[in-house]
Amino acid sequence: MNGVHDMGGMHAMGPIQREENEPVFHARWEGRIFALNAAMGAWRKWNIDAGRHQIELIPAADYLRMSYYEKWFVRLVELAVRHGLVARCEIESGKPEPGSARATPALTAEKVPKILANGTLASREVPEAPRFQVGEKVRARNIHPTGHTRLPRYARGKLGTIHRHHGAFVFPDTNARFLGEKPQHVYSVRFAARELWGDEASPRDAVYIDMWDDYLEPA
Amino acid sequence: MSTGHSHEHDHQEVPSDLTLRVKALESLLVEKGLVDRAALDALIDTYEHKVGPRNGARVVARAWVEAAYKKRLLEDATSAIAEFGFSGRQGEHMVALENTATIHNLVVCTLCSCYPWPVLGLPPVWYKSAPYRSRAVIDPRGVLREFGLELPEDVEVRVWDSTAELRYLVLPERPAGAEKLSEDELAALVTRDAMIGVAKVQVPQQGVRT
Repeated sequence: MNGVHDMGGMHAMGPIQREENEPVFHARWEGRIFALNAAMGAWRKWNIDAGRHQIELIPAADYLRMSYYEKWFVRLVELAVRHGLVARCEIESGKPEPGSARATPALTAEKVPKILANGTLASREVPEAPRFQVGEKVRARNIHPTGHTRLPRYARGKLGTIHRHHGAFVFPDTNARFLGEKPQHVYSVRFAARELWGDEASPRDAVYIDMWDDYLEPA
Repeated sequence: MSTGHSHEHDHQEVPSDLTLRVKALESLLVEKGLVDRAALDALIDTYEHKVGPRNGARVVARAWVEAAYKKRLLEDATSAIAEFGFSGRQGEHMVALENTATIHNLVVCTLCSCYPWPVLGLPPVWYKSAPYRSRAVIDPRGVLREFGLELPEDVEVRVWDSTAELRYLVLPERPAGAEKLSEDELAALVTRDAMIGVAKVQVPQQGVRT
């Protein structure tokens, strides 16, 4: 979707504000909502792509106004309700509905080191050989999906060169909407800065973008 | 909201009721048996105290002192990093990018906040903020200047937009003047910012051992 989250190349977002000796979390609630997202994710009712998409669905004005972890709060509530782990009325009342079943947590403290150390592999084996070879010219497709996509707007329609083949991975555009993993090859594609931004850009510089096969066409 | 710092920066406005709303949500989820409080504590403790840029610094220092390790790191970063026991969530598929006298690499995630957790921990606020995400790809040299790094025109700047599940670690240049330092001493010089690519590794004026 052409949302405000897709902000590569936008102007007037202000100066970069750094903080010396920044804490990992700026308040207790930030750590709690970070951990709640991970613990609820362990129910496997949604996937990482659906999680990212849920944040993109926050209305643009709110997206820009909210702090990072406030967006995580909104995301978790929406996903938990949508996937039936919590009822909207329970969020509002703060209490389980009378008579609702009590679950056993999917993630216990003992399992935390293992799930973090293992992670979740997004790579997959696919029977097809890669369609493109290193050094080959490609064009990013000029498409505007209304759902989740990892093809940034600033690259669409632009000419690039295959820099590296990464292997095959789950396709976020379908996975985010629970339409299947549709695994396919992913490439690192080099786009010259001038191709993306015009003649005022440095003639030497480049942006490398990881692209799924469905985002590319031969050039 | 207790923030422990006084200067203004980009947290936008945090409604004061978030403390209460998160507390209420946590209580509800615990009461429903959906989450275990001890698991939450363990997750927070991991990223506050166990996983952070010191991990990445050890990888970088090893690559500086051991040519064979550097070769492994550049060929298969996931495996080379796993030699230290660093692996897993948001670092499942790692790529290392070598900075040289003529190539400078810079990492961003324009679409969200992708970042190599096992080696750098959770990202700083500026990395996740609109100003960095919007400008890193269109004006990398301007961004670097804001971080105090002015690169000569003849250096090629490569910006890596983390759009997929690959996670990028910049291998900074080993600084001049650090020839006699041990691996541990070198690791102590390596900063988070240098491993994102917004800084170089510096040898402090004082404290250089001879």
